[in-house]
Formats: sequence, structure tokens, C-alpha cells
Amino acid sequence: MGYYLGEGLRSIKNHAMMSFSAVCMIVGCLLIMGTFTLLAVNLEHMLGRLEAENEFLAYIDETYTTDQAKALESQVLAVENVSSAEFVTREQALEQYRQDRQDNELLSELPASALRDRFRIRVHEIGQMEDTVARVRAIDGVVNISAQVEVAQGFVLVRNIAGGVALVLVAVLLLVSIFIISNTVRLATFYRKEEIAIMKMCGATNAFVRWPFVVEGAVLGLNGSLLAFFLQWGIYQFVCSAVIQSNGLSLLTVIPYADMARQLLLTFLGTGFVIGVGGSLLAIRKFLQV
Amino acid sequence: MVRLIDVEMKYGNGTEALKGVNLRIDDGEFVFLVGASGSGKSTILKLITAEIAPTKGRLMVNGYNLNNIRPRQVPHMRRTLGVVFQDFRLIEKKTVKENLAFVMRAVGASKRETRRRLDYMLGLVELTDKGDCYPYQLSGGEQQRVAIARALMNNPSMIVADEPTGNLDPDRSKEIMTLLSRINDMGTTVLVVTHEKKLVDSMNKRVVAIRDGVIISDEMGGYYNEKD
Repeated sequence: MGYYLGEGLRSIKNHAMMSFSAVCMIVGCLLIMGTFTLLAVNLEHMLGRLEAENEFLAYIDETYTTDQAKALESQVLAVENVSSAEFVTREQALEQYRQDRQDNELLSELPASALRDRFRIRVHEIGQMEDTVARVRAIDGVVNISAQVEVAQGFVLVRNIAGGVALVLVAVLLLVSIFIISNTVRLATFYRKEEIAIMKMCGATNAFVRWPFVVEGAVLGLNGSLLAFFLQWGIYQFVCSAVIQSNGLSLLTVIPYADMARQLLLTFLGTGFVIGVGGSLLAIRKFLQV
Repeated sequence: MVRLIDVEMKYGNGTEALKGVNLRIDDGEFVFLVGASGSGKSTILKLITAEIAPTKGRLMVNGYNLNNIRPRQVPHMRRTLGVVFQDFRLIEKKTVKENLAFVMRAVGASKRETRRRLDYMLGLVELTDKGDCYPYQLSGGEQQRVAIARALMNNPSMIVADEPTGNLDPDRSKEIMTLLSRINDMGTTVLVVTHEKKLVDSMNKRVVAIRDGVIISDEMGGYYNEKD
């Protein structure tokens, strides 16, 4: 293994320009892929946050006492897909109603009995909101439901499209990256096809010829991915600070890079390794047929 | 030992390079294979080194039946051969020692074994003081001697040399032939493809002449006739 490692590293040094181009290619491909992935992750995060805030109200029969109404909580929570159910008394609801309308004097005489006790319900899966609403409506004592099912469906649609587009883009970029790296390494290998032919003619096995190239591809891939990881960090921080400072985009929230750093580093290293080694293997395959 | 029995070779473009060639080279022989360009000499070398497979006929090289050799056996078969090329084909970015050592590394030899063989081979081709030089720092004759040393590194039973003196002046050519003859005297079979009429005639060895894919003469101590 020491021999293969030494040969691989020496080859990187001997073909410095080619090695540099291969690393640049890997960095470029990973940056494009990383940017799209981060965009998708942040979009998913923002949609998730908005989804989590999407709730519906279940109104309880006004003939129920507060205790009777509150007792329904266990039945509401037992409904599949319900993540939380906050009980709101009619008094609390009225207080909130007044606050929302900036203590309009016309509402000062409104009695709490004009409103109903209610549950503010949140769900795990927004896509199943319609079914969840129907199940909660079926509970004895629930007389009405206020739910924005269309909004929930809209979120699901946006998330599915965003997820699908991101997945396709990342897959396409990965394939394009392997193709580009393979061609870069092939170009580098082309100059060494003579060397490979000599080795084969001297009785070297394919494995003996292949291993230094695998080492070379792996080293270039891992170096490229490390460089891409830190560059991505810088770019992300720059874009994030621009987003945060922009008042017009104050509704947007971003995930701190540090929160994703470990997972992203592993993904970059893995992808860089696959691109580097895969590209090398693809590139030398043709030249091994001597 | 090499045996070609009724070997025919037809390339994809329709060229018939060999037409029923029969050739036997026994262990320890020194054989010149001569003929004009396109006569089929290179095709015979490519068949022996398993770069191509014959269209028809049987082919045996050093105990390997090349008609049904498995791809994974080809490197092992090639280790029984040492190939020398007209253009030396040394790896430019390796020193002389490295050019020789990698051949032994390729077959899994230990560093110690490689070093021992390296010293012996450099001595044999009289290049002991050039071990750390790069190929571009050597003359043509020296580069060819390195190529011969590389071909001998794995102690093959046969040396196959394709126009080994094609790029050398007459004095260096004579040196190379003398070296190959000395290697043959030590028991290694030698097959040399060449155009060098004077050189062949001066060596007084077995000469196989080929024309248009057919062997037209095969004589011990033969001469490279003009008409060939």
C-alpha cells in the first residue's frame, strides 16, 4: 500500500497542473451542488417552520362547561397526526380577540359567552391535514372547525416541487461532475498511457496499474472537497449576512452553517471521494486494455 | 519456447497480415526475424506478447496456450518475456533505477530482492554509475541498455526485441547486439526483429525471413538477403 500511496502522491506532484485543474473542477462542481443543496435545505426549513405554524381551531359545544370542554383534550390528542392541542377558554379567546382589534371600544361590552371554548391544534404532517380535521370534527362535543386546508395543500405542493427539483438538480450535477472529472483525469492519463502500456507489457496486473490512480483520484477528490467546504462556508456566511441585513427579506430565516457543518463536511468528503476515485477509474479503464 | 502453428491473422480492416505461419523457437535460441515493412513481423511480436489474438491457428508461448488464455493470466505470461522497443520506452519521470525497479514491484518482489537484482542488472549493462540519471540525461545507446536491463529484471526466459537498434548509430547497434548475444549465452532465448542487414549478417545466427505474411526462409547462420 505504501508503494501505491507513494506513486499516487508523486504522480500528483509530477502532473501538478493537471492535478490543479482536477481539484478546481471538483471544487467548482461541489460548490454548485452544495449551493443548490443548501438552498433546498433552507427552503425546506422555512417551509417546515411555516408548516409548523399552520394550525386549525376546533370549537367546542357552547353548552359544555369549561371543565367538560377541557376534558376533550385527551380525545383530540389521540387523533392520529395531532402533534399538540392547546385548550383556549372562551375568556382567553375574547381577550385575544380584543387585543387583535386594538381594544376597540365597541367590543368592551361583548360577553365571553358569545364565543366558544376551543382547541388550537397543530399537526405532524401537514399533507394529512384534511383527514385530521375530519377525525377531530367527528369527536362528540366538537361543533365546528376553522382550518386553512387549501393553504396546507399549497405548502405541501411547494415543498414537493422544491424537494423534487433539488433532488434532480443534485443528481444531474453529480453525474456532470463525474463526467467532467473523468475527462480531466483522462486528459491527465492520456499523457501517461505510454507509461501504462509499458507497465502492462512488463507484466503488471490491472490492479497494480490502477491503484496509484485510485490513490491520486482519492487525494484530489478529498482535497477538492475540503477546499470546497471552506469556500462554501465563506459564501454562505456572506449571503446569510446579506439576507439578515436586508429589511425587505426579514421574513426569511436561514440555518447557521455551523449547524450543518459536520453533515455537510461528510457529504462533501464522500462526494469528493466518489467523484475523484470514480473519475480516475473511468479514465484509465480504456488504457488498461493493452 | 514459442510455437506458431498455421497461424493466420486478419485485421478488422480486412488486411491479411499472416497467412498460415508456422514457426518454432526453442529455449536458448537466438533468432532474427527479418522482412520489409508490412511483411507481418510486428504482427508476430504482437501475437507473442498477447496484444492481439490470432484469427486462426495455434499459438504457444513459454508454456501458455494463447488461444484460450484468460485475461488474468496475461500478466503472468508477459513476465516470462522481456520486451525491448525501438524507441526504448523508458518512463521519463523516473530515474534509471526507478525504471528498473518498478518492473519488479509490479510482480510483488520485495525491496531487498529488487535492490539486489538492480545492482546486478546495472552491472550487466555497464551502467552502474548512471542509476540516478533520468532517461533524457543518457545517450541513445545507454537508454537502450537500460531498456534491455528492464526487460531482464524479472529474469524472463525470452527477450523479444522490436528493432532495438533502429534509433542507434552502427557502433552503438553493434554494442547492443553484442549485449543481446551475451544474454543469449547466459541461457535466455532472444528474438530480434530488425532491418539492419549488415548487423544480421555479421551475427551468424538463425534468420527467419517473412514476406507478405508468409515465412519464405528459415536458416541457421542465414543471411538477410536483398530479395527478402
